[in-house]
Amino acid sequence: MLYGTRLRALALLTAVTLTAGFALAFFYAPMDADQGFMQKIFYVHVPLAIVALCGFVFGGIMGIQHLRTREQRYDLRSYVAIHLSLVLGAGVLITGAIWAKASWGHWWVWDEPTLVSFLIVFLLYATYQPLRFSIEDPERQARYASVFAVVAGAFVPLNFLAVRLAQSYTHPRVFATTNGGLPDKMKLAFYVCLLGMAALYVTLWKYEMASKHTSAQLRSLRRKLGGEDDVAPRGRTAAPSLGTSR
Amino acid sequence: MTRRYGERVALRDVTLTLPAGATLVVFGPNGAGKSTLLRVLSTLLRPHAGTARVLGRTLPDEGWAVRGRVGLLGHAPLLYRDLTGRENLLFHARLHDVALERADALLAQVGLARRAEDKVHTYSRGMVQRLAVCRAVLHDPELLLLDEPGANLDPAAREIVEPLIGAGSGRTRVVTSHDPAGGLADADVALGLRDGAAALLAPAREVDPAQVGALYR
Amino acid sequence: MRRAVGAVLRKDLRLELRAPQAVPAMALFSVTTFVVFHFAIQRGQVEGDLASGVLWVTLLFAAMLGTSRLFVADHEEGGLDGFLLAPVDRTALLVAKAISMFAYLAVVEIVAVPAFAIMLLGPTPDVAALAQLVAVLALADAGVALVGTMVGALAVQTRARDLLVPLLALPLLIPVVIAAAKATTPLLAAATGDVGARWLLMLGLYDLVFGLLAYAVFDFLVED
Repeated sequence: MLYGTRLRALALLTAVTLTAGFALAFFYAPMDADQGFMQKIFYVHVPLAIVALCGFVFGGIMGIQHLRTREQRYDLRSYVAIHLSLVLGAGVLITGAIWAKASWGHWWVWDEPTLVSFLIVFLLYATYQPLRFSIEDPERQARYASVFAVVAGAFVPLNFLAVRLAQSYTHPRVFATTNGGLPDKMKLAFYVCLLGMAALYVTLWKYEMASKHTSAQLRSLRRKLGGEDDVAPRGRTAAPSLGTSR
Repeated sequence: MTRRYGERVALRDVTLTLPAGATLVVFGPNGAGKSTLLRVLSTLLRPHAGTARVLGRTLPDEGWAVRGRVGLLGHAPLLYRDLTGRENLLFHARLHDVALERADALLAQVGLARRAEDKVHTYSRGMVQRLAVCRAVLHDPELLLLDEPGANLDPAAREIVEPLIGAGSGRTRVVTSHDPAGGLADADVALGLRDGAAALLAPAREVDPAQVGALYR
Repeated sequence: MRRAVGAVLRKDLRLELRAPQAVPAMALFSVTTFVVFHFAIQRGQVEGDLASGVLWVTLLFAAMLGTSRLFVADHEEGGLDGFLLAPVDRTALLVAKAISMFAYLAVVEIVAVPAFAIMLLGPTPDVAALAQLVAVLALADAGVALVGTMVGALAVQTRARDLLVPLLALPLLIPVVIAAAKATTPLLAAATGDVGARWLLMLGLYDLVFGLLAYAVFDFLVED
């Protein structure tokens, strides 16, 4: 299966949507009365968070599929999804800290349940790659990684619920301000940014999948042409192997 | 049937049939895939390609139906060193839903009755192997998978366990061996593995020990 | 299946009694940690939310010690293969190990909680508060046991076992910490109050969700 098709179109779409979204955020959407210009970071922070969380859950679903069918390709999808979401997650925490500093004067506050929950989820998923790396047998590595993806994916909503219950709630509600909702202009900018982030995620995901498939095919061809000796054995790695013909 | 370990193929397209009550002897150098074959047949490992039919059931899907009817004696004795010999057997007896008295009977049969209440870490290697034999046949399996059963046993001990796991036991057996003459003598079919593939497969009486020796070169 | 659970449980408890690996270490660790806390937070007495926090952090980290050892004996002595060869449901192993872990935690708490009361706790909880504390401990221990069994089974096959257990288990157990700490705070306060029902509910919900999760994925962790 070729993964490289439509990548260019997708990348273009992503670039366009993101640029449009940011332009809208900067020029079209009104300045927030309380928080000023720094509030605009919310157009990056929240879409990143939503897309990252969806990515984690998608990774969990791919994990379920892998366990059910034992097909290698689901494990690869899960792996790429989780590690992309982790990268986005780092972005969420950084932009969140910037926003916190701008809004409340501290780089980190414990009062916002969503950010705290996100930190916990991030810490959990940060163990995904070390976990994979510490298991040598590729089949077992994939299977355990899928179990992790499933458990962690189920944990995400539970965690958000728990932290929210625990803390007094001061995180500015993005969809409801004191006058009952985001003004329309802000809403538009937000949704376009969200769309842009989602497109970015999908594009990056497809790029990475294409890259991995291509390397695997290359190895496979070299092995067929030159025999086993032509291909250096893969050392220990956390990334899923695509194996030979399967 | 094929079994992979990462990119390396541990067992490649091994195909054979064994009738009930017969003995298959498996030869091959270390790393050839003998232990892997036994572990797949015992349901501990799943075949990655192809099918294995054991006792009328297909693996891996029907592995649950096969488990209680197969006995594995591998390199690891599968015994807890801090438990006594008797406690180890009772644990397995409970798992397999076997009458507890059978454990005592087997212990007596292999000559471990006096040491049954001692912890396994005090046993000699021969005694551990004898206890492992008891564990393997405790649930009266129809198929025995024996990985070099004679290892660590002196000739007297080998005679003691012969009725339990030897050719005279009447069970279907798959035995790995490094002894060409001895292995062929007790067997009906011989399989020679090299690098995971079947280099030799024939009725035992038609196989010359020299052919077995050739596998190791 | 009950037979299998019973067999594994007997074996594990007997092994633990005979060659104790987990329980004495966990109990000793708890008491030592109380001493460390005394010096670290520079207090002779704690109460309320601080007391609750010290107690739960200590119990949690002691649990991490126990979790690392949970499957080690089986993995090293090949006992896991012995179980896998038997015609029993794999889930029996999950149930047996979770019960073992719960039992270990209970024994450790029997030592650690009185030690805590003597060494660091200011106010003396009355009988009603103690009864509620037992309930909170029971619910929280169930969650810790379930997560511990899953993480223990996963980690035992890896190379960096002792590192991975806390890294995996602690984030997963944060909801337990949240609920247990909040629930215990009024019990250890100068003027004892009652636990908030919502925290007990949260613990119960957590136990249920993770119980189901563990049941669903455990097979994949032990088979090959």
